[in-house]
Amino acid sequence: MTQTWWWPLAMILIAGWLATDVWRWIGVFAGGRLREDGELLIWVRCVATALVAGLIAKLILFPQGTLSETPMWLRLAAAAFGFAMFLIAKQRVIAGVLAGEAFLICGWVLLDAEAWML
Amino acid sequence: MTASDRSASAKTPLDPLVPSRVWVLRGAFSAISIPAFILSAAFVGYAGLARETGLTLIETLAMTGLVWALPSIVVLTGALQSGMGMIPAAIAVALASVRLMPMTMALLPIIKVPGKTKTWQLLLASHFVAVTAWVFAMRNLPELPREARLPFFLGFGGALTGFVFCITGIAYLLVEQLPQVVAGALFLLTPIYFLCSLWGAARLGADKVALAVGLVLGPVFYVYFPGLDLLLTGVIGGTLAYVGSRFMRKGLLS
Repeated sequence: MTQTWWWPLAMILIAGWLATDVWRWIGVFAGGRLREDGELLIWVRCVATALVAGLIAKLILFPQGTLSETPMWLRLAAAAFGFAMFLIAKQRVIAGVLAGEAFLICGWVLLDAEAWML
Repeated sequence: MTASDRSASAKTPLDPLVPSRVWVLRGAFSAISIPAFILSAAFVGYAGLARETGLTLIETLAMTGLVWALPSIVVLTGALQSGMGMIPAAIAVALASVRLMPMTMALLPIIKVPGKTKTWQLLLASHFVAVTAWVFAMRNLPELPREARLPFFLGFGGALTGFVFCITGIAYLLVEQLPQVVAGALFLLTPIYFLCSLWGAARLGADKVALAVGLVLGPVFYVYFPGLDLLLTGVIGGTLAYVGSRFMRKGLLS
């Protein structure tokens, strides 16, 4: 019933595009009345930042796809290592990303190798 | 413009008389950047997920171009996979996208020229609001003359979206040939990238406190209030961070 060819596209248009862009449009209409340095805007930025931070934690702790096969501690350690390297490298994002990825891939390969040996 | 102004702006020309199409081009060129590279890699990871889920190439590309916010795209993919109805799926995606509203609100006073910028221009520009472009804009736009900010942002957002759109399509066609470890590693790239760039874009202590609080509260709310978790994390965590850091800024009495 929901498998007609147009159904996924209708979902993308309404549940995807509309459900996402409507927030941006509301932001445009509401944001016109805010001052760049006002207290309300500081709060709004805190809300947005905490929300994305929550999503970050979710993506690390409860990932989808192949990544979910790795142990949680390895993902946490890789993210923490990446962030530490980001801070050490004077906040260069690329340093953090590469360090975190290298940590994850090394750990993953080592764990796989260990599993093979046993 | 005084002589000292000129020398200060010798590196990046800040002449407000530069026509806006030049600023659009400059914005487009500045999209050739490390954040764009990282975002592309994250979308390569997404293309793998989309293919695993059974989405067609057209559907994957439509989501990339129309939704243009990776977290919301991932939520919608999950909804399509589990055969969710339109209304529940829309609510789930809307909840995952709420953050775009405060982000747009925070960006707007920066890109708007009071009394001059048309609302439709802002609505158009708002489509490019997503973590990468937002972080880039919050960090770099305030250094530009006010008139240049909107065209620069349009150029940046348009070029970034176009490029990532193409990369996603190519990745969809090629992803099956990637080893599992590489495909999995691409999924972790997004959170590490979000984490570092969000910290880098923080202008006040409050932003960093909000980041830390959100990291802790996010998983807690996910376990106890799945579906509403992001909204709760944002409102409760953001408010806690705001109130706490306000006390630190101004003392308990004011």
